[in-house]
Amino acid sequence: MQYDHILIRYGEMALKGKNIKQFILRLQENIQQKIKEFPDAKVKRTQGRMFVLLNGHDPQPILEKLKKIFGIQSMSLAIKVENEVEAIKDAALYALNNGGNIHKFKVSVKRINKDFPVHSQEMNQILGGHLLINTKDITVDVHHPDLEIKVEIRLEATYITSSVIPGLGGLPVGTSGKTLLLLSGGIDSPVAGYLAMKRGVQIEAIHFHSPPFTSARAKQKVLDLAQQLTKYGKSIKVHIVPFTKLQQEIFREMPDGYAMTIMRRMMMRISEKVCKNESILSMTTGENLGQVASQTMDSMNTINEVTNYPIIRPLVTMDKSEIIEISKAIETYETSILPYEDCCTIFVPKSPKTKPKRDRTNAFEAKKDFSALIEEAVNGIETIKITERTEMESKFDDLL
Amino acid sequence: MIYLDNSATTKPNAEVVQSFQQVTERFFANPSSIHQFGGEAEHLLVKARKQAAEILNVSQSEIVFTAGGTEGNNIAIKGIALEHQNRGKHIITTEIEHPSVFNACESLKKLGFDITYLPVDGNGAISLQELKKAIRKDTILISIMHVNNETGAIQPVEEIGEIAKKYPKLFFHVDDVQGLGKVPLNLKNSGIDLCTFSGHKIHGLKGTGILYVDHRTTLYPLFHGGEQEQGIRSGTENLAGAVSMVKALRLIKELEKTQADRLFQLKEYLRNEIELMEGIEINTPAQAAPHILNISVPGVKPEVIIHMLGEDEIFISTKSACSSKQKDESKILAACGFSKDRTTSALRISLSYDNTKVEIDQFLRALKTAIMKFNKVME
Repeated sequence: MQYDHILIRYGEMALKGKNIKQFILRLQENIQQKIKEFPDAKVKRTQGRMFVLLNGHDPQPILEKLKKIFGIQSMSLAIKVENEVEAIKDAALYALNNGGNIHKFKVSVKRINKDFPVHSQEMNQILGGHLLINTKDITVDVHHPDLEIKVEIRLEATYITSSVIPGLGGLPVGTSGKTLLLLSGGIDSPVAGYLAMKRGVQIEAIHFHSPPFTSARAKQKVLDLAQQLTKYGKSIKVHIVPFTKLQQEIFREMPDGYAMTIMRRMMMRISEKVCKNESILSMTTGENLGQVASQTMDSMNTINEVTNYPIIRPLVTMDKSEIIEISKAIETYETSILPYEDCCTIFVPKSPKTKPKRDRTNAFEAKKDFSALIEEAVNGIETIKITERTEMESKFDDLL
Repeated sequence: MIYLDNSATTKPNAEVVQSFQQVTERFFANPSSIHQFGGEAEHLLVKARKQAAEILNVSQSEIVFTAGGTEGNNIAIKGIALEHQNRGKHIITTEIEHPSVFNACESLKKLGFDITYLPVDGNGAISLQELKKAIRKDTILISIMHVNNETGAIQPVEEIGEIAKKYPKLFFHVDDVQGLGKVPLNLKNSGIDLCTFSGHKIHGLKGTGILYVDHRTTLYPLFHGGEQEQGIRSGTENLAGAVSMVKALRLIKELEKTQADRLFQLKEYLRNEIELMEGIEINTPAQAAPHILNISVPGVKPEVIIHMLGEDEIFISTKSACSSKQKDESKILAACGFSKDRTTSALRISLSYDNTKVEIDQFLRALKTAIMKFNKVME
């Protein structure tokens, strides 16, 4: 006997009204995509439930994949058997023996198939007795069980499930449109991207690269971060903007205290153009109130002036420690803290204004026409499609 | 050739050797160099570390690439001792450890450490009761091997981990050089703080290894330098070695999944056949690793058997290769309580997933002939 499928439960999606079909289809597609390396595993839907049929695959690595898919509230390993008492007894015992270190259990039988000759109450007792006889040091506790073995006798077969494994929750990626994530390489922006994805948003990323001031390794770091995010969704397009000329011009021509603010405004302008070209309707940043100079209320107000696209700021009210915690959980932290210069650390004004004003900023910007340089930056964008496996890694695959 | 000395070392897997060569030739840059070429090398190192972490079900930052088992054991034991000596200077280990653990502990004695060597029973296992009794207020480290290199006996390291968990000031190190790929061992939430692995025992290359260091564990480094390997083992990374180690690890884990039963059956077959032979005692306990069988032929000099088998290109060993320079009896078998005629006449047959039943049959025939010849000469 062996677990032969995984039962998938959706959380919030179940609350959606008429759109639910669309959410479920997307989830099914996302799951199928993520487990395609297990050729025989199939995702099936029947009677308002979703299953992964294992067809002989080891459930553990598949569970690991499912734990990274948004839209799954929880999962359970399950066994399907014929509607026969003996078969159900064996399966329940298997589930108990594979339930980990437990002392107290409970059996709950649901008899949906009323043609099944044994009533659910009686079936509870038969199974409970069978489990007690065949195990040691395990007792029944209907109020506080370590493990609940659920038995559903349905028309076509009986399903036995036990431990409930939590999923990520959220909505299936691809059900809430697309956003452009400003990905710097620090701790915050990958977390912002992850949280946007949690609400079903698909992401593309934009990164401002200033060679030779920023190295190829800083760029690789951003691609690595994007790749880590693909584990929670689909492949991610990363737009690398050649930013050196524009950045140098800003720091040469604009007053020191406003250079940082103006640079950020340029980034928003370029991002908006990318959004338009790629039919993306919003931007996402890792901004967080009060963290550094550019993230004051004044600064946000002034930077935001240049675009009327919605800016999603999932981290805006979080504490740094909360952000770090998520970044560790999604395994971007170790990459994020690698000490490479990025475009924000290389040109640092001596005394950036923490309260930049819109009117003054506009006045400074009016003195110089940056439009040609912005155009040049946009035209020079290199777009790299990041999948769960990159070309570089495929090169490494044979080695490892 | 029939190679049955896999606990001494294994034949490097051809794919592993190929990886080593390719990395040496193509990614020779120093991973710490900041140019792009160095970046590629670093990227590969990160990938290797990630894959090792995934296979061992731990975090990337808990993987330290080393130059092998002896180095891993020394870094772990002396590293804990030197870093945490203010907490206490007592270490618990067993009488049957590999010399790299035993001698590391002996060296610490000279620095004022007190070492308790736990005895083992006839099955080569320590008693958990005695371990609990041995733990003192000043105990900072328990170092116990998973699978014994001479007998294949398995220590209850998972239970020991549970005991160790109850003493937050104490670290638990496991030497899993012989167990890796043969006897499953879970590290996550196991109470194990440090675990040593070696590449050349799993068809990798000599001079490669991994030390698992739980992220809460701090060590005094034995090598100071460029702070590579989380500062625990400075020195320019042996990238080709690390990659080859991780490849060997992946391959042995795949074999363990699909062939552990076959290996166990093969050893059982060998054991049953030898049990039928007269004048041979089996020193390996019934519950043991699937690849090691230790036997004694009392009254027969083991070296003579080794040389006679060697003429047929069949290779087994006496005791562990690392102890074979000490000419007397097997310290480990003596610790198990065997009589002198057994401890001085021991032979170790150690299998790998490559060995076949045909080879075992050939070996059994050769062993019978060798013993017969020996007895004739001595008559």
